[in-house]
Amino acid sequence: MKTKGIVTGIVSNLVTVKVDGPVAENEICYIDLQGVKMMAEVIKVNGDIASVQVFESTRGLKGGDTVEFEGRMLEVQLGPGLLSSVYDGLQNNLATMTEVFLQRGEYTDPLDREKKWDFTPLAQAGDKVIAADWLGEVKEGWLPHKIMVPFSFKGEYTVKSVKEAGQYTVDEVIAVLINEEGEEIKVTMVQKWPVKVAVKGYKEKPRPSRVMETGVRVIDTLNPIAEGGTGFIPGPFGCGKTVLQHAIAKQGDADVIVMAACGERANEVVEIFTEFPELIDPHTGRHLMERTTIICNTSNMPVAAREASVYTAMTICEYYRAMGLKCLLLADSTSRWAQALREMSNRMEELPGADAFPVDLSAIISNFYARAGMVVLNNGQTGAVTFIGTVSPAGGNLKEPVTESTKKAARCFYALEQGRADQKRYPAVGPLESYSKYLDYPEIVEYLDETVEKGWVDKVLHAKNLIRRGKEASEQINILGDDGVPMSYHVNFWKSELIDYVILQQDAFDAIDALCPMERQRFMLDLVLELCDKDYEFEDYEKCRDFFKNLINELRQMNYSAWESEQFWAYNESVKKMIA
Amino acid sequence: MKAYQRIYTRLEGITKATVSLRAKGVSNEELAVVAGKLAQVVRTKGDLVTLQVFSGTEGIPTDAEVCFLGEPPTLKVSEQLSGRFFDAYGHPIDGGPEVEGEERQIGGPSVNPYKRRQPSQLIPTGIAGIDLNNTLVSGQKIPFFADPDQPYNQVMANVALRADVDKIILGGMGLSNDDYLFFRHSFEAAGALDKIICFINTTENPPVERLLVPDMALTAAEYFAVEKNEKVLVLLTDMTLYADALSIVSNRMDQIPSKDSMPGSLYSDLAKIYEKAVQLPTEGSITIIAVTTLNDGDITHAIPDNTGYITEGQLFLRADSDTGKVIIDPFRSLSRLKQLVQGKKTREDHSQVMNASVRLYADAQNAKTKLENGFDLSDYDHRCLAYAKDYARELLAIDVNISIEEMLNTAWKLFARYFSPAETGIKQAFIDKYWVQ
Repeated sequence: MKTKGIVTGIVSNLVTVKVDGPVAENEICYIDLQGVKMMAEVIKVNGDIASVQVFESTRGLKGGDTVEFEGRMLEVQLGPGLLSSVYDGLQNNLATMTEVFLQRGEYTDPLDREKKWDFTPLAQAGDKVIAADWLGEVKEGWLPHKIMVPFSFKGEYTVKSVKEAGQYTVDEVIAVLINEEGEEIKVTMVQKWPVKVAVKGYKEKPRPSRVMETGVRVIDTLNPIAEGGTGFIPGPFGCGKTVLQHAIAKQGDADVIVMAACGERANEVVEIFTEFPELIDPHTGRHLMERTTIICNTSNMPVAAREASVYTAMTICEYYRAMGLKCLLLADSTSRWAQALREMSNRMEELPGADAFPVDLSAIISNFYARAGMVVLNNGQTGAVTFIGTVSPAGGNLKEPVTESTKKAARCFYALEQGRADQKRYPAVGPLESYSKYLDYPEIVEYLDETVEKGWVDKVLHAKNLIRRGKEASEQINILGDDGVPMSYHVNFWKSELIDYVILQQDAFDAIDALCPMERQRFMLDLVLELCDKDYEFEDYEKCRDFFKNLINELRQMNYSAWESEQFWAYNESVKKMIA
Repeated sequence: MKAYQRIYTRLEGITKATVSLRAKGVSNEELAVVAGKLAQVVRTKGDLVTLQVFSGTEGIPTDAEVCFLGEPPTLKVSEQLSGRFFDAYGHPIDGGPEVEGEERQIGGPSVNPYKRRQPSQLIPTGIAGIDLNNTLVSGQKIPFFADPDQPYNQVMANVALRADVDKIILGGMGLSNDDYLFFRHSFEAAGALDKIICFINTTENPPVERLLVPDMALTAAEYFAVEKNEKVLVLLTDMTLYADALSIVSNRMDQIPSKDSMPGSLYSDLAKIYEKAVQLPTEGSITIIAVTTLNDGDITHAIPDNTGYITEGQLFLRADSDTGKVIIDPFRSLSRLKQLVQGKKTREDHSQVMNASVRLYADAQNAKTKLENGFDLSDYDHRCLAYAKDYARELLAIDVNISIEEMLNTAWKLFARYFSPAETGIKQAFIDKYWVQ
């Protein structure tokens, strides 16, 4: 018997409902607006009054309208066909909606029910299995998509039968399991999971020990992010947050990419699904869209679904992680999600925390970041969810609640600086303020020693130190004047400019420079450090400047040349001649 | 009037912007007439209903007659809108007849993002500070950030009249009467009246009425873009005054303010308007150019700050002391969609020329700082300063009106005048092709 209720109050998308039975926190209900069923979520209960946030516009809703509670939380459907899809925050398939305008109460199926998938069994009758164990596999594009014992199954099961290899739809029974009580349970390719609950179903969550390559020098070389790691990109508007995030999405070394466009511009999402189907994944040679799922709740879509969108995205990542895959979740921007929380908290007349955000903001953010990570599955294989969120600090001021809370939760910090953006030094990631805590992990240091070169992290720290020294020199030059400082200050300054122009700056719109593989990054850093470690004598600071400017120009041309091409080596030669 | 009307005659509470009363069967966001003034339901709590009165509550007594109309605000749309001037409620203010047409609720649903197309049509304006450095694309939304003393309305009118569009819809919020007349005369003088539609709230009208203006303008825009497949340009000035009206209402409803006493929902409220900019799968498109006035150039204030996060860039007007002209600041201005057309719809060297010219202009600013601090300038510094003057006068100033090809050629001329090819840092292939010997 479902709990029912009637609407008693409305402020924007916060609706109070008088209920006639039990309701749960975060339970889903449908409000009937003249035949249109609008989804809503319980966010507070007080006596027999439930406050629900409606995932739609409440225009036209009346006191006395009826509400029906579903007895479940907000769930997503997990199964083959998630990749290349474009969903809204509640996992409605946006591609199968017919109208140009979003219709209230129109909910579409996230999965294709007709499509037949090539199934291969992985388990056999008699196998003992637990939640998240693999029963079979279908090919989703080129990825082996595992069909698992649903995450919600508790205890141990015995496999009674698994379908033989063949073509099945997602709703056909592919296995029958027997639980400890001896009951038969049918399993299809689809399972449901409440988005706000972290998916477990793995043996352990060790510290990350590998680096996820992005092809962006300022990340991979200077502040690498680990596979299963967390990072965030705060920055004022116009500093290139989106361009940087798209670069990571295009080039990141991951099997599955989920992009959550959370309260951001619709045209940015359009850019993704216009360009991604055309672009090729540099790691597999397949189309980028084949490994990408887009969760899209743009800024003009209902505010309450913004919060849902990041959870939906994370749950999909966790699902693929349980298949032993490397997933990358990009959420742009977590500030909009925090603002959605603020709007609701405000309407519920809760006592506000800093900047009117709810007081538990910090806890919500760190819980969410904690869902990322590398895991060892029950069968010993590993999977990872790497999470990079952007933050849009109000007024570009990093001393605000969302940035501060995120800083506590994320391990990598990529600070975009207005000053660098103004000078068109893109990506505008500040080299000194940004950090990657993974550079302190002995596992990561060892990994880089083996995969890049021995002593790599020391070189990276050396480069950072040169930048710091250059900054100090530049401050002194600004105070004392070009003639007021010893020549070594000018040399130090120009050495840091060399690193800045050649390593830090990267042209995201140049076909070659946009993607810099690790091997090339190693080569360039070694070359630049070789140049920096030389001693230079100049007659005056103008000669010093001219020398370095020419050097920088040659090296930039090198960045624009195809890796190991004739042109590339010619510039390399010319650089070597300049310092001979 | 509707056959079925619910009339009440007892108000429970009155503030400057809202009234509340006990009423039954009231739907959210529906309109009501309170003592002859139009109002809209903004909150219901049990049978206590709060209404926002658009023209202010002055003179409304507690026994005022309240009549609920059963519908949210609407606009009648048809071809008859063309060439007309309306107030915030969509009533003619030009002495002409009421418009006949289909009645549409304003502030309707959003376009499914999946049905959008990527904007790709260049909107040339002749102003190099825009076309060269911050190229506009149809379907884009972009505001001018300007101090109140900048000629933003003039620049916007210029841009609108030079742009190749089918309709220009002006949403004026808190316009001074002089500015309203300025727009009217500019449109008339350009002989463009037949493609103009205006929704005007002047400083003489109550501030809360402004809240209707963007939705009115955009409902008309959607009609022409969706039904008639037209290219529509919407001008919204001044969005800062719109946001001020939002904060008045939220304050009267006892909501907890966030930064700069703005409502916590400011981001969503502004996004709902700006995100109406769209390139439809058909030829139709809505482009929004807005004005956000600043307080002494402060872009960290909540209004420009939230706007910057929503819009696809911003055009920053600033008085340049070197040339005495108003320029489009190349550092603070940005068009996020420019790469969709630069080098694709324009010459291949466009983006590199733009970046190099701005970088050199930045070097000139550094030289200026050195000069101000009393240091000797190098030869390079002197060349940068000389370049900056020419660059500001020949390209950044808002009175420039040339083609993009001419802008690029001008930039190459300036490079050759003051710098060596290596100092520009431009890709060798372009240097070989375009360097002025």
